[in-house]
Amino acid sequence: MASLSDTPPPRQLPRFWLEADPTQKLAMVVGAILVLLAVLTPLIAPFDPNAQSLIARLRPPVWMERGQPGYLLGTDELGRDVLTRGLYGLRLTMMLAVLGATLGLLIGGTLGLLAGMLGGRTEALVMGAVDAQIAVPFTLIALFLLTVLGNSIEVMVIVLGLAGWEQYARIMRAEVRRLMRLPFIEAAHCAGAAPLWIATRHLLPNLVSPLVVQFTLSLSSIILLESTLSFLGLGVQPPTATLGAMVGIGRDYMPTAPWIVLVPALFILSVTFAVQILGDWLRDRADVRLRSR
Amino acid sequence: MLKHVLKTLARMSVTFSVIVTLVFFATRITGNPVDFVAGEGLTQEDRALLIRYYKLDAPILTQYTAFLGAFVDGQFGLSFMERRPVAEIVVERLWPSLQLLLSAMLVTLALAIPLGVAAAVWRKHWIGSAIMSVVFLGYAVPNFVLAILLILTFSYWLNWLPVVGNATPAHFIMPTIVLSGVLISALTRFTRNAMLDVLGQDFMRTARAKGLPETAVILRHGLGNAGITVLSVIGLQVAGLAAAGSVVVESIFAWPGIGELLVSSAIRRDYPVLQFGVIAVAAAVIVINAVVDLTYAWADPRLRREG
Repeated sequence: MASLSDTPPPRQLPRFWLEADPTQKLAMVVGAILVLLAVLTPLIAPFDPNAQSLIARLRPPVWMERGQPGYLLGTDELGRDVLTRGLYGLRLTMMLAVLGATLGLLIGGTLGLLAGMLGGRTEALVMGAVDAQIAVPFTLIALFLLTVLGNSIEVMVIVLGLAGWEQYARIMRAEVRRLMRLPFIEAAHCAGAAPLWIATRHLLPNLVSPLVVQFTLSLSSIILLESTLSFLGLGVQPPTATLGAMVGIGRDYMPTAPWIVLVPALFILSVTFAVQILGDWLRDRADVRLRSR
Repeated sequence: MLKHVLKTLARMSVTFSVIVTLVFFATRITGNPVDFVAGEGLTQEDRALLIRYYKLDAPILTQYTAFLGAFVDGQFGLSFMERRPVAEIVVERLWPSLQLLLSAMLVTLALAIPLGVAAAVWRKHWIGSAIMSVVFLGYAVPNFVLAILLILTFSYWLNWLPVVGNATPAHFIMPTIVLSGVLISALTRFTRNAMLDVLGQDFMRTARAKGLPETAVILRHGLGNAGITVLSVIGLQVAGLAAAGSVVVESIFAWPGIGELLVSSAIRRDYPVLQFGVIAVAAAVIVINAVVDLTYAWADPRLRREG
């Protein structure tokens, strides 16, 4: 076989890149840039996110008239650098989304696994909770929980984690039930394997792919929820920079200083676009039949 | 059919009691509701008075029963901010919300169903992919960002449309566009998928073979059957999306509806209003779901004949 190709191609681009269409390639590049920006924020941000400057309030981006050198994308109503706050907001949004999705994965995954393996009353209970969660728009529950529990980063992560758990639970239960009927699980049972052993050694390795796909898909809805809640003034509280809150507070200055709103809005758009396209792409590649919302 | 009705009613009440219980206990696990409502600077005597007034010193089960009792006698307490019965405040907000919802639903149905059918029929054609790209935009653009961009363009730059309130028909334009944006995306996608499922069926070939014109095949046999699936989606997905969307849209455009009420009472911590509002909207969504579910069962001959 080796003789067929004289010299292996020196640098082969990975297959996933070659098979992606232009939109997906763009999404990968944008996604990579955004992750890089979020990780490196403290190093590359030109200012402190909360540093105010009374003389440099409401300055437009540098290329416009009255723009102040150094404040690349302008300043807000307190003279804080819009680019810096956008970067910190991006970082926070991404961090919250990953933590929230992980929490959802842990809660939903565990419940779904239990429901699928135990069946009976456990399954009825879990699926009843899933139905209740689907029936009521989560924005309402989030609104309520944030008011009652107060809005800190920890509470926000919990709320975001609760936002998507039912999807994991549904997928997990369906997959576990399917797998439990297969001969290799039965064989493990006959060999005397304990339920925990079966769950960790036989079931979980087979569940990684659908869970990873659901994780990516849920990121975009979690980002949407987080930025909506902070936009409404119910998210992580000021002065902490969040993209949603920047848009929410900046809308009062829209007629005279639209950049305060447009910069974070652009960040939000690029994040949701990239994440959504990548989620769909991953789902198609993993070829799991998932019912998206 | 009767069995199905009973089942639906049972599921409705389970979901509803889960929500009511969640709301009740969520407000109690964080300590005494009085403290987080009244804030600091409350004297011991006033605190004790408030606690007695809201019967917060009673055992938790007694409180829970009293809480449930409110659904029987309709006494949901007073708003902390307005000193008026909560139910009265919520009911006032009902009509503006309904107006906005109806106008958004009309736009959604008028656009999404034809778009979904077209996207399915011409799925290999550029029309189909163009529709699906626009649908994707509707999913990826958060509704508050869309609202901000619209306000910036049409109110501040072009000065065409008003932003605040619901006084004239012109006030309906932007809120309706924003609210129907997500709904159209969702419904178009589901109509397309439902149509694609139907288009491959044998009876479609039969309808063509007996010489029906293509439009009749697609509309009567195709949409007629796909419509049942679409109907179920309107209940489950669209009602939820509309409720969540109203919260955002109403508070951006200062629309005097229930969504705006929920957000403002959440920010002002007017907890009796929020509590009742959340339960009321949840109940509305649950009821709509159930009604659509029953219509769905009634519209599908296969389900109608069962039991």
